[in-house]
Amino acid sequence: MMDLKEIVKALKEYDGEEVRIMEVCGTHTASISENGIPSMLSDKIKLISGPGCPVCVTVTAVIDKLVELSMREDTIVLTFGDLIRVKGSSKSLADAKGDGAHVKMVYSPMETVKLAEADPDHTYVFAAIGFETTTPVYAMVLEKAIEKGLKNLKLLTSLKTMPQVIRWVVNNGGGIDGFIAPGHVATITGSNEYKELSEELGIPFVVSGFEGPQLLTTIYALVSMKGKTGVRNMYKGAVTESGNNKAKEIVNKYFVPSDASWRGMGKIPGSGMVLRDEYRMFDAGSYDLDEDHMPVGCCCASVLVGKIKPCDCPLFGKSCTPDNAHGACMVSTEGSCYNYFVSGRK
Amino acid sequence: MCVALPGKVVELNGNMATVDFSGNKVIADSGLVDVKVGDNVLVHAGCIIQKMDDELACEINELFNEIEGLSI
Ligand code: SF4
Repeated sequence: MMDLKEIVKALKEYDGEEVRIMEVCGTHTASISENGIPSMLSDKIKLISGPGCPVCVTVTAVIDKLVELSMREDTIVLTFGDLIRVKGSSKSLADAKGDGAHVKMVYSPMETVKLAEADPDHTYVFAAIGFETTTPVYAMVLEKAIEKGLKNLKLLTSLKTMPQVIRWVVNNGGGIDGFIAPGHVATITGSNEYKELSEELGIPFVVSGFEGPQLLTTIYALVSMKGKTGVRNMYKGAVTESGNNKAKEIVNKYFVPSDASWRGMGKIPGSGMVLRDEYRMFDAGSYDLDEDHMPVGCCCASVLVGKIKPCDCPLFGKSCTPDNAHGACMVSTEGSCYNYFVSGRK
Repeated sequence: MCVALPGKVVELNGNMATVDFSGNKVIADSGLVDVKVGDNVLVHAGCIIQKMDDELACEINELFNEIEGLSI
């Protein structure tokens, strides 16, 4: 049986055809940088970060809408920490908060239920962004709100799904030979989700965990599978073939697939989820939020689809740093620019 | 924000689980997964999203088994 030493050696000495591997999950991007994995690979193995940071792919229209809601007398916008500093077309939620708007950072969307219940005079809007991993949590929030008969809780949704955007990236110039499938998304969807996609696109997928050895073994598997199709699950401890069925059921109860707008990619058919018609009373105005105004000079759009590396952006590390981030990719700890910057990755 | 952390369920009160992340205890909702005390779980945004099979998760040999026969 191979061991880690042999895998590391083989990856460093690999001298076959070039292999381009995309990781579509922001947490993988962070872990790859933290573990210094790019420097452990042969020049013939290229790792490319994809569109898997939920904050980074959120278009400015969504942030503008949240800012607008937060300025209403009777409304309080709740958000995860990452999103608060991302600029809309003119300001971020943090800027709005500085101007007196009602914005509150929370650790879990579930807190929305408690806050709304305790304060019936205000409407609590959660900034519900995320992928397949987070959508079940929003469904739970609705389930609880309905149970308690709350009328003052709403979601501003910008929910996205992975298979469609992966197809988009491959069909729009990608040149990708294999995917590290998103690990936490796969805990919900299951590894089978990638079977059909692999056949359709003619490239392999490997579901990976987040530790260094797991990622290295995954990369080894993908290099060896170049030119073939198939799905391997290297994160069996958490990911099964069918995923979390209870979570999938509750998602289907409240949400339906829809088109969604992605930063840098525009509208991708069927790549999102919105509330079902019968639950629209919980929606804070999430439809047709498609416009996207990038900060001047920011290349996030090209970074997100792997067309350029963060360090190829003229602003990278100069006027754009984590302390003074221009684009969302430098704000979020899962963003490619942030991770390239803090790890010195080239 | 898509991050999920592994921990162990140490207490269960209806749908609210106390999850221990190496000493740090956090309350998480267990509505998406049937869990019991002692289960290893993944927590995302205040909810348990999946049970972890501890032995498989830690077993690095399991990984090498998976790539048996592959060469580059
Ligand atoms: S370095 Fe900054 S300006 Fe350049 S693409 Fe990244 S976030 Fe945008």
